[in-house]
Amino acid sequence: MSAGKASMGDSLRRAMTRLGAFFRSEPLDWDLEEEVASHIAMATEDNIRSGMTPEEARRKAMVKFGGVEQAKERQRESRGLPGLETLLQDLRYTMRTLSRDRGFATVAILILALGIGANVVVFSVVNTILLRPLPFYDPARLVWVAPGNAEGLSGSTYSVDAYEDLRLMNKSYEDVTGYFAFSTEDNYKLTGRGVPQPVTGIMVAANFFHVLGVEPMMGRQFRAEESLKGGPPAVMLSYAFWQRQFGGDRGIVGKSIELDGKPTIVAGVLPESFDFGAAFSPGAKVDILTPLVMDDIRFQGNTIAIVGRLKQGVTLEQARAEAKTLFPQFYWGKRFADSKGQYTAQPVFLKEYVSGKLRRSLIVLWCAVGLILLIVCVNLSNLLLARAAARSKEFALRSALGAGRGRLMRQLLTESLVLAGAGAMLGLGLAYALLRYLAHQGAIALPLLSSVRLDGMALGWTLLITVSTAVLFGLVPGIRASRANVQEALKDGGHGTTEGRQHEKMRTVLVVSEVALACVLLVGAGLLMRSFLRVLNVDLGFQPTTAAAVRIDYDDGRSTEKRTAILQNIAQRVGGLPGVDVAGFTDNLPLDRNRSWGSPFIKGKHYRPGELPGAFVYIVSPGYLSAMGMRLRGRDFTWQDNDKGESTVVLNETAAKALWPGEDAVGKMAVIGKTDVRVIGVIADVRDTNVEGKSGWQMYLPMMRSEWGPDGAVLVVRSKLPPEQLANGVMRALREINPNQAAMEFRPIQRLVDHAVSPRQFFMMLVVAFAALGLVLASLGIYGVISYSVMRRTQEIGVRMALGASPGNVQMGVISKTLRMAAIGIAVGVVGSVAVAHLIASLLFGTAPTDPTTFVAMAILLGAVAVLAGYLPARRASRINPMVALRNE
Amino acid sequence: MGDVKLDLLQGTLDLMVLQTLATMGEMHGYGIARRIEQVSGDEVLLNQGTIYAALVRLQQRGWIDAEWGASENNRRAKFYSITKRGVKQLADDTAYWMRLSSVMGRVLAMSEEGGER
Repeated sequence: MSAGKASMGDSLRRAMTRLGAFFRSEPLDWDLEEEVASHIAMATEDNIRSGMTPEEARRKAMVKFGGVEQAKERQRESRGLPGLETLLQDLRYTMRTLSRDRGFATVAILILALGIGANVVVFSVVNTILLRPLPFYDPARLVWVAPGNAEGLSGSTYSVDAYEDLRLMNKSYEDVTGYFAFSTEDNYKLTGRGVPQPVTGIMVAANFFHVLGVEPMMGRQFRAEESLKGGPPAVMLSYAFWQRQFGGDRGIVGKSIELDGKPTIVAGVLPESFDFGAAFSPGAKVDILTPLVMDDIRFQGNTIAIVGRLKQGVTLEQARAEAKTLFPQFYWGKRFADSKGQYTAQPVFLKEYVSGKLRRSLIVLWCAVGLILLIVCVNLSNLLLARAAARSKEFALRSALGAGRGRLMRQLLTESLVLAGAGAMLGLGLAYALLRYLAHQGAIALPLLSSVRLDGMALGWTLLITVSTAVLFGLVPGIRASRANVQEALKDGGHGTTEGRQHEKMRTVLVVSEVALACVLLVGAGLLMRSFLRVLNVDLGFQPTTAAAVRIDYDDGRSTEKRTAILQNIAQRVGGLPGVDVAGFTDNLPLDRNRSWGSPFIKGKHYRPGELPGAFVYIVSPGYLSAMGMRLRGRDFTWQDNDKGESTVVLNETAAKALWPGEDAVGKMAVIGKTDVRVIGVIADVRDTNVEGKSGWQMYLPMMRSEWGPDGAVLVVRSKLPPEQLANGVMRALREINPNQAAMEFRPIQRLVDHAVSPRQFFMMLVVAFAALGLVLASLGIYGVISYSVMRRTQEIGVRMALGASPGNVQMGVISKTLRMAAIGIAVGVVGSVAVAHLIASLLFGTAPTDPTTFVAMAILLGAVAVLAGYLPARRASRINPMVALRNE
Repeated sequence: MGDVKLDLLQGTLDLMVLQTLATMGEMHGYGIARRIEQVSGDEVLLNQGTIYAALVRLQQRGWIDAEWGASENNRRAKFYSITKRGVKQLADDTAYWMRLSSVMGRVLAMSEEGGER
């Protein structure tokens, strides 16, 4: 009747006093004690005065008062915060029991930390790559416009004329933008500030930032005139580059810097969240963005990668339908009437382009780490069951003293929550460290990985899995403990009763399922590992070890003769350095960027349109093929393969076989563009775009001829010396020839291969790590159950030994029990693995999902670990002294 | 009401305690309990112990104060007294209680006489 009228201040005040009472509960208890005592005393006195005997008076007073303890409890309840009080009681109690059993607590928390930590890391990676939207404005409307069957970049780009027509003629897009897709690493030099520094830049269409919805953090967007031929040069700095190169100097905006010797205005600095490489070319760092002058590259071929922003309300399907009719109308170059009709496009969401390929791998990873968590739960359930068995008397006593079933459950759940909470804390620490490490691994070619971090989503996920883990592993022992028969447990007959046997059965089931789960993980990891080894063993067509590359600068004044002279000079100087076997140039490295041209064909032969695929082009110098360690039939180029002689080409096997099936291509004539060329050699196929795919057509053309202008030059050096040792000598030689040579990095060719296989390696390593963790956990589980059963049967074993069983017999008995358990687990696991293996079949390389070697090896591994885990308790069992064991009773 | 004592309605004990303190001044727990028993003519079923839960409740709401002192027989006892806010609350609650009981009286009287013709 009054609570309803209580004001805010009142309830606040009440809460405060209650809170105060909660913290001062002991003095208040004394207070009450005294008050009650004086109450009883006064009542007794009154009763004596009315003529009772002292005993009778006191008894009556007590009766009148009601239950003293009850009254105290009731007063306590209305005084403090009862819910919190029980919680704190439970917590205090948990701390006490856990600190009494430190070994158990440590193992449990460690296991949980590993399980939860692994889950948080994988969740963060999945969240970054798959779940989180791209770091652009309204990214759900951004689409990647490319042909549906695009292989490699060259297949997914368009000519300037096609791009411009698309912009003009489409009805689906708010706007369309693009960037020049064939920039190489370190394609600019920052000059005028001491030693020229290599800089990686991407040329983007004038409206690039508008379409993506990216605003410069400082400064302005590009101006229209900056994208016109002859317009003022401008540059946009990436945040990281601005920090690194200019120390975050805000004054640089609007000033001029020197790029390749040309003064260039710094238009602005991009926000930290914008990382071109992370979204469009994983694993690459992009320092600057420059305006793309369309007229400069109009007839260079298909060089523009296109991104569009769908109009509000336009669906992807509508855009696709439009593309079907629109793209065939585009010209490669409008000035060539016959260049119409070679384009198609099937737009996909940009997010899909960036991370779609990784979806399956990531989901597999997520499942693997989920399995780990499941194993962790099973393992802890098991540990807690063992403890519950040992504590059954304690629980029986508590319930005899009046603790309700709910209270006991609550106590057990508090324990598992405390364990899980501590595990989660530690796990978060581990995850944080690992994620920081991953974010700084530029070498892993996964999109957006550099922005991976422990964010709110990840914390939420941690909370979710922590609580559900705690409930999951705390529930089974909790239900069992609260259901225990009080009388049975209090009688001193804990050993060998049905309760004990049921307990053990349950634990056996748990361990068997743990082994089965670990088996699935191991087989999956085994298959992925085998695939990875197969990938490493792929015949790349070149020898990545003991070769290194460096991009060089030269000033040839656009004269082929001058260029040839410079390059020949460098090749001779560098080739003469001690330790250098051979040196050569290319404008393009395999597994780096790619570029395709029209294929060579046989003169006079008629080809259907589309019959010849494009061919990857490498414009090279003499010595390059052997510097890369390629296998050549026929002859290499010489410095004399220049404009004075016959035009020459080296083809790869695929191209040679396709053009002259069943014949030797060496010495044959072909046509490239409009030039007749002689095939002087055929090389083994080189993996050009990725390690795992098939090679397409490749052709190698000499740098010394004017019709094939190289796009820069990379010096490749083959040497037994390690690259660091080589670098100084080579750089000195380069500087002597060209004092403006930028301080380029000397890159081992192996790094290209590592980069290409890094996503597979990343996934494989993680899954293998999880499988190893699963194995350890499963063996812990086996060890726990077996050693518990040995302990429980100490007397039985003692009796058997007293009756003549040898230690060997006993040991065999225990080990065979272990093996039985492991065998069932492995059998179930293998069946599960077959199913799982088919799900990951598309992630495998050169390995069948039912690869018998992997299955057998993993089963043996698991069995061996199980035996080992069972051996320790078995040995202990065999050393039981019958006399001691029997006396113990 | 015969032998059966009245079970206290939720909250009525609080009101009784307030009223007792308002009329009698400072009192200890035992005194309050005795007083209520006397006034009610022993018709109220009161475990004297329950008074202490009510006292804590009232104290938390700031309607009564408590202080240790000496009883008539020089025994240490905790003395309770009503606060200003308590007096106000008592007035509110009394008015509320009166209205309620008069309404209840009228409703019950009606059903007794006018149920059937």
